[in-house]
Amino acid sequence: MAEKFDVIVVGAGPAGTACAYTLAKNNVSVLLLERGEYPGSKNVMGGVLYRKMMEDIIPGFYKEAPIERPIVEQRFMMLDKESAATFSYKGMEWGKEPYNNFTVLRAKFDQWFADKAVEQGAVLVNETVALACIVENGRVVGVRTDRPEGDIYANVVVLADGVNSLLAKSLGFHKEFKPDEVALAVMEVLKLDKRIIEDRFNLEGDQGCTIEIFGDSTKGILGTAWLYTNKDSLNIGVGTMLSGLIKHKLKPYELLEYVKTHPMIRPYLQGTDQQEYLAHLIPEGGYRSMPRIVGDGVLVVGDAAQLVNAIHREGSNMAMTSGVVAAETIIEAIAAGDFTEKTLDVYKRRLLDSFVGEDLKKYKDATHHFEKYPHYFEQYIPMLNRAASQMFTVDGTSKREKQRKIWQGIGTAGEKMKIARDLFQAWRVMK
Amino acid sequence: MSNAAKGQSIEEKQYLIRFKADTNSHLHVLDYDTCATKCPDKICTIFCPAEVYKWEDIRMHVGYEGCHECGSCRIGCPHENIKWEYPKGGHGIIFRLG
Repeated sequence: MAEKFDVIVVGAGPAGTACAYTLAKNNVSVLLLERGEYPGSKNVMGGVLYRKMMEDIIPGFYKEAPIERPIVEQRFMMLDKESAATFSYKGMEWGKEPYNNFTVLRAKFDQWFADKAVEQGAVLVNETVALACIVENGRVVGVRTDRPEGDIYANVVVLADGVNSLLAKSLGFHKEFKPDEVALAVMEVLKLDKRIIEDRFNLEGDQGCTIEIFGDSTKGILGTAWLYTNKDSLNIGVGTMLSGLIKHKLKPYELLEYVKTHPMIRPYLQGTDQQEYLAHLIPEGGYRSMPRIVGDGVLVVGDAAQLVNAIHREGSNMAMTSGVVAAETIIEAIAAGDFTEKTLDVYKRRLLDSFVGEDLKKYKDATHHFEKYPHYFEQYIPMLNRAASQMFTVDGTSKREKQRKIWQGIGTAGEKMKIARDLFQAWRVMK
Repeated sequence: MSNAAKGQSIEEKQYLIRFKADTNSHLHVLDYDTCATKCPDKICTIFCPAEVYKWEDIRMHVGYEGCHECGSCRIGCPHENIKWEYPKGGHGIIFRLG
């Protein structure tokens, strides 16, 4: 192992690999450290990878990358105990180039992506934990690894070490996150014949479908469940704020079983075989939970920087963009021969001016709002289901009378005012 | 529903995963007394997605070998009583798919 590189990137997930790839492509010497047996072996995602940000890095990547299915339909289920109101958009434009997004299995995809960075000249070292940043005179100058004589030096260290960024925490960039800033997600990969998937989800050929499931899927607490189609398997998962699990004393794997056996979901899973069970934290604190992301000789990218848009289930795309912006900043810093915080701070400004910063700011109050007022999930989704059931059940009651009953069923004038206020507040935090 | 009925328990789910356990634990309960005397809920035994933490009569048992390295216990412990590190490089959980 060479003792000094221009850059050390800690973590070969989407953020770290995007950064290492961009640096190597521009002839910067870069070491990509991965603690797992191979890139992706520690990584979990619901499964949606957005085409645009990946293609900014490798044009036409989907022609050779291990993707599962391009998504042509996105469904949204509002789930009650024994019913669901579903909204969906399906469009053929998503089934052909330039595509919108794909399902991927991360252990496969991350390996492929890291190999691409290696092809560009990045040095990938697996099975190596970065234990600490080496700090000299207040400046990060390298990392201490768990290998014998494992100190490695660099002009810049990029922390892409994920949601549990122990390195950023040890630098004092953030305090320990709180249970209402992270979501705990559990997921199973279920094997199912390709043909059956296509029949069951109304798909042709390699097309895919995603279903986001709100309401009873998390027993009314803040979170979502999801059901995604891979080539010959399904991903079924559920994620809730850790604070919600604590408050309601819920076991995450029991909640997953509840989702899997729910009468609205069960039929999709019939005849499947479990392949893998996975758990992971998602940083969902948003803009307000963002740590410090720039220091002397150091940048923080991806989940480690809390770059997740929970409302739109985006994260890996933000991670990739942050990795690229960090790389571009470092390339300029190398040209200037200056790795101080003042120079590297360009990264933060550009990131916050990009869609990443714009979207994080847009939804900065959303998670906290829905966490604080659980009745959106507890009350309004069942209410919507009751209204749909009443309106569409033909029993000889006139439609006007049905509307009157639905309106009455919502509650007193005061309760209606409260709903109006809640809807206004929801619009305010989402607008 | 024959297949769906299988694999409901956490033990069965954990059997699906490949682990390469280190000989040393990467999870450390800092003060076992705190679990026994100050923590009636023992909430880590509930929210841990792999049931790594089990209360055994008088003492917290930590089955680090089955840990998903998610970090929930470190963040969720109400007494900040868990020291959490990464397992040695190449060890711990090895996801093959997701």
